[in-house]
Amino acid sequence: MNSVHDMGGMHGMGPIQNEKDEPVFHERWEARTFALTLVMAAWRKWTLDGSRHERELIPAAEYLRMSYYEKWLAALVELLVKSSLVTGAEVESGKPTPSSPKAIPPLTADKVLPLVARGQSASRDVALVPRFQLGQRVRARNIHPTGHTRLPRYTRGKLGTIDRDHGVFVFPDTNAHFLGEKPQHVYSVRFAASELWGDQAAPRDAVCVDMWDDYLEPA
Amino acid sequence: MEFLVNMKAPTHDHGHQAVPSDLALRVKALESLLVEKGLVDPAALDELIDTYENKVGPRNGARVVARAWVDPAYKQRLLTEATAAIAELGYGGRGGEHMVVVENTPKLHNLIVCTLCSCYPWPVLGLPPVWYKSAQYRSRAVIDPRGVLREFGLELGDDVEVRVWDSTAELRYLVLPERPLGTEKLSEDALAALVTRDAMIGVADVRLPKPGDHP
Repeated sequence: MNSVHDMGGMHGMGPIQNEKDEPVFHERWEARTFALTLVMAAWRKWTLDGSRHERELIPAAEYLRMSYYEKWLAALVELLVKSSLVTGAEVESGKPTPSSPKAIPPLTADKVLPLVARGQSASRDVALVPRFQLGQRVRARNIHPTGHTRLPRYTRGKLGTIDRDHGVFVFPDTNAHFLGEKPQHVYSVRFAASELWGDQAAPRDAVCVDMWDDYLEPA
Repeated sequence: MEFLVNMKAPTHDHGHQAVPSDLALRVKALESLLVEKGLVDPAALDELIDTYENKVGPRNGARVVARAWVDPAYKQRLLTEATAAIAELGYGGRGGEHMVVVENTPKLHNLIVCTLCSCYPWPVLGLPPVWYKSAQYRSRAVIDPRGVLREFGLELGDDVEVRVWDSTAELRYLVLPERPLGTEKLSEDALAALVTRDAMIGVADVRLPKPGDHP
């Protein structure tokens, strides 16, 4: 979706504020929000792509106003309610509905470190013929999906070159919406900065963007 | 987003502080609810927070960089099979399942960004700083990388290519900075101590401390 999260190339956001000796979390509620989001994902009621999309659904003005972990909290609450893990009434009251069954957490403390160490790979061991070859000229498709996509607006319609083939990965545009994993090749596509930004760009500079087969067409 | 209306916070340009107690209370209430419903083990939350506050961070990435500086064969593996090479030093997993390491040279400077959200190589750098996740950095890194680098104190000549890597998929990027001159006699540990988080994102280079600087 073309919302404000897709901000590559925008002006007007101001200078970067680099805090010296920044802590990992500034407030305890940020740490708890971070951990709750990761732990609740163990219920497997949504995908990583789905949780990213939930943050993109935050209305644009709110998205810009909110701090990072405020966005995480808002998206987590939405995911919890949409997946029926909790009800809206329970969130409002902070209390479980009387007589609701008590669950058993899938992720206990002893399973945290193994989970962190293992990670969760989005690559799929499927033999698929890549649609594009190294060095091939390609064009990023000029499409505007209204759901989740990882095709940044600033690349759409632009010409680039296949720089690397990373292998086969789950496709976020379908996976976010429970429409299947639709695995396909992901490439690093190199765009000349001047192709993206015109003459104002330094002539040697480039931007490399990771793109799935479905984002590309032969040039 | 019906619950957003209950989470208003004052606008703040730093994006993380001046937190209203309202937010802290909301998170506390949410956690209690989830624990009471048996959906969350609070000890698992503590374990996760401890991991990312105390165990995983840019010191991991610095060890990878220092090893690559002293061991050419390792460096070769790192640049071709980054995930496996990083795993040799014991790092990997969540947020770094598929790693790519890009090497800075006198003619090429690499810069990492995630314009769409906040993708970042957790196992080697830990969780990202606020500026990396900010609208300011995400919007500008791809269109004005030289301006961004200048703000971080790095001025690059016209003969250097700036290559920006936008982390739009599940690949996670780490910059292998140039080894500074005059470090030939330093041990691997001493080299690792020179490597900063910012250098591994690509917004800084690695420098020897000037005489009189605190180590």
